[in-house]
Amino acid sequence: MRELHRFHGGLKLEGHKSESLVRELQQASLPPRLYLPLKQHIGEYNKPLVEVGDRVLKGHMIAAGTSLICASVHAPTSGRIAAIESHPVAHPSGQSDTCIVIDVDGEDEAAEPMPPDLQQLDAERMIELICRAGIVGLGGAAFPSSPKLSRGKAHGIDTLIINGVECEPYITCDDMLMRHYAAEVIRGVGYLQRMLEPKSTLISIEDNKPEASAALATALAGFPLDNTEIVQIPTIYPSGGEKQLIQILTGKEVPHGQLAFDIGLFCQNVGTCVAITRALEQDQPLISRVVTISGDNIHQPGNWETRLGTPISHLIELAGGYLDANSAQLVMGGPMMGFSLSGDRVPIVKASNNILVMRNETIPHSPGQHDECIRCSKCTEVCPANLLPQQLYWHARAQAWERTQEFHLFDCIECGCCSAVCPSNIPLVQYYRAAKSEIRAAQKAQLKSDRARIRFEFRERRLQQKKQQEEERRHLKREALQKKKAGGDASAQADPVQAALERVKARKQAGAEEESL
Amino acid sequence: MTSVFVSSPYVAPRNSLTRLMIQVIVALLPGTLTYAWFFGPGVLLNIFLAVLFALLFEAAILKLRARPVAPHLTDFSAVVAAWLFALCLPMHSPWWLVLVGIGFTMIAGKHLYGGLGFNPFNPAMVGYVVLLISFPREMTTWYLPGSVSGASLSFADSLAYSLGTADIQQWDALSSATPLDQVKTGLGREIAISEIQSSPVFGQLAGKGWEWISLAWLVGGLWLLATRTIRWHIPVALLLGVMAMASLFYLADTESYASPLFHLLSGAVIIGAFFIATDPVTAATTDRGRIIYGLMIGALIYVIRVWGGYPDGVAFAVLLANMCVPFIDYYTQPRVYGEK
Repeated sequence: MRELHRFHGGLKLEGHKSESLVRELQQASLPPRLYLPLKQHIGEYNKPLVEVGDRVLKGHMIAAGTSLICASVHAPTSGRIAAIESHPVAHPSGQSDTCIVIDVDGEDEAAEPMPPDLQQLDAERMIELICRAGIVGLGGAAFPSSPKLSRGKAHGIDTLIINGVECEPYITCDDMLMRHYAAEVIRGVGYLQRMLEPKSTLISIEDNKPEASAALATALAGFPLDNTEIVQIPTIYPSGGEKQLIQILTGKEVPHGQLAFDIGLFCQNVGTCVAITRALEQDQPLISRVVTISGDNIHQPGNWETRLGTPISHLIELAGGYLDANSAQLVMGGPMMGFSLSGDRVPIVKASNNILVMRNETIPHSPGQHDECIRCSKCTEVCPANLLPQQLYWHARAQAWERTQEFHLFDCIECGCCSAVCPSNIPLVQYYRAAKSEIRAAQKAQLKSDRARIRFEFRERRLQQKKQQEEERRHLKREALQKKKAGGDASAQADPVQAALERVKARKQAGAEEESL
Repeated sequence: MTSVFVSSPYVAPRNSLTRLMIQVIVALLPGTLTYAWFFGPGVLLNIFLAVLFALLFEAAILKLRARPVAPHLTDFSAVVAAWLFALCLPMHSPWWLVLVGIGFTMIAGKHLYGGLGFNPFNPAMVGYVVLLISFPREMTTWYLPGSVSGASLSFADSLAYSLGTADIQQWDALSSATPLDQVKTGLGREIAISEIQSSPVFGQLAGKGWEWISLAWLVGGLWLLATRTIRWHIPVALLLGVMAMASLFYLADTESYASPLFHLLSGAVIIGAFFIATDPVTAATTDRGRIIYGLMIGALIYVIRVWGGYPDGVAFAVLLANMCVPFIDYYTQPRVYGEK
């Protein structure tokens, strides 16, 4: 048994996992239309590579970016591009975004796959293929995998951590994925090992998933990997958070302002491992994922392997529909860290691990109304970042932004533990999110005004210089004139009218020269 | 399909202020009942009056401040403050004393600062200290436990006393200084501890009756710890503070200083450690801060008892420590994840 460590705080939550685990993993049928947002990852926007009217095959790349941190989008099935237009997407702001709309033809005709010769592949080539497959971290953050792998490789990795923890209530997509695609997970781990060459690999699973754990153990026995261990960790939220998982497994903390690979660690979600396996072995880009539909307002909770771009309404139908359609709240992600959706037209994207369908009554409604903080510090007890949430709240409410930063606002991982235990029911995380965006906005404004100030000062200096130069020229001219005047002194005295005329002429000339400048 | 944009987490609340306050009230019951058992129903009358006045004040002030009345009344924070305040009073007190004290508790102690959550000083202690300074005679007229005086007081007797219709001379025979007070005045006259404690008001460990009441507060306090309503840091540090100071001086001179056990079980140390110093609003909030805060109160209690002008020092010690809380909190921030 491996020695495990503890992180500060955390919560034991009601799992609500069994609801969506009673049914086997199902393949979601194709909807008539798919809506693929151009940006489904953290990073730069993609540009569409297709035009309206084009026919695409399953696996065709339809949007890609130029920057290093981006992930291309592929057609999840065959069909015709119906539109490239604004459509509601999964975003906390509830805003719409540009989507490529595909009219599905139902034939599901795939482009000819060209799997590479796996024996010949070196790490760089593998990372390139992963980049081309549009793979992002499927744990929820959706950070493009290829730049992460390149940077990890450059840093040198001591321990590779595979995250099958899935600590949020209701979500079971990784559990299902590990049960059904255990072999692909393990082979994916193998490819990661080939790329990163870690000294050891830890595959971590919460101890509430014995079936998944057993499936992985069987798969690992059939496909042995060096220095690879499956580690069961206690079920406590948020043990699946990267920083917390690192602490549990290694006892190390990721130093402030650094990333996991700065201390020789590399974390990857189990779903991402499967995506990598499929990309390398079958030349299959990321066009589908396992999505959990669960909650207290859905007929048949379960897991569906779903093509990206499928509208949530289609999945809701597959799950038997709402129990009470008039009182339905949709959340993407888990109940602790997910966000509200504007409606069920929103499509499934790479980051959609779970769609939570709740009744209005279950979701606290009036965030403006809560009791006052009594400084009981229950929040402090559960904070995994070891912050002082009640002090943060106090300063955030007083809009004392500098103070919030002194109390490490930006170390908050927004896990929601503090809000969940608050006896005054203060939506603490909401206050922190607001404070963070205020500070970011202020920083942006500061940057802008700094730039404007520098530009202004530069202009002032330039004008000043110009004025100085002119003054100098005028001075020189005056001197020259005076010299001239001294030379023809006698004649000037003889004819003062002539001298006055000459002066006027000189002035005029100077004026003309000045204008021409 | 409706959509309400609220921020995560989307989980039903696990806790409420009302629940916390009710837990504190339940934890106060064993001590309160033991108190009434030894000293008669006067304490219950005090609590009843204090709670009644507190709720009236709370409602009136909320109305004046144009704040919603019902949610604040039902959070029971006023009840807890009033209850604790009433327990500080002599077991038989005139009704107006309760009224004036509760008035200060609710107005000056709580609402002038902005109400629940904003008051820097423990409201019950504010009300109590105002009375102690303003009405020294009423506030130092304590009575013997029934087992010592032999008198058994009915609720009607207590009511008559409260309303001022009782025969004062008859009551005077029952009055007596508290054990803490007797130790203080005795030592002032250079009488040895052993001699002072031979008086019939002293029991096995501390004052007769008082020792059992203290143990009953301890029972309630341990239950609060077990239910995680409070954390261990403040009570443990406070008791340690008292113990450390008392042991130090007791070991140096057993005849001039009372024993640590006597100090622990006399007066308001136990209730102070578990119920008063732990008032979350006015206490330190960090773990290390709470230990400093508790130690500070414990040490101050001893200092005030032994060298100060009052026989007990819990209220003053708590108020003094309250003043230091922002400072303590600022300098005892925990090490954040990933910080050196």
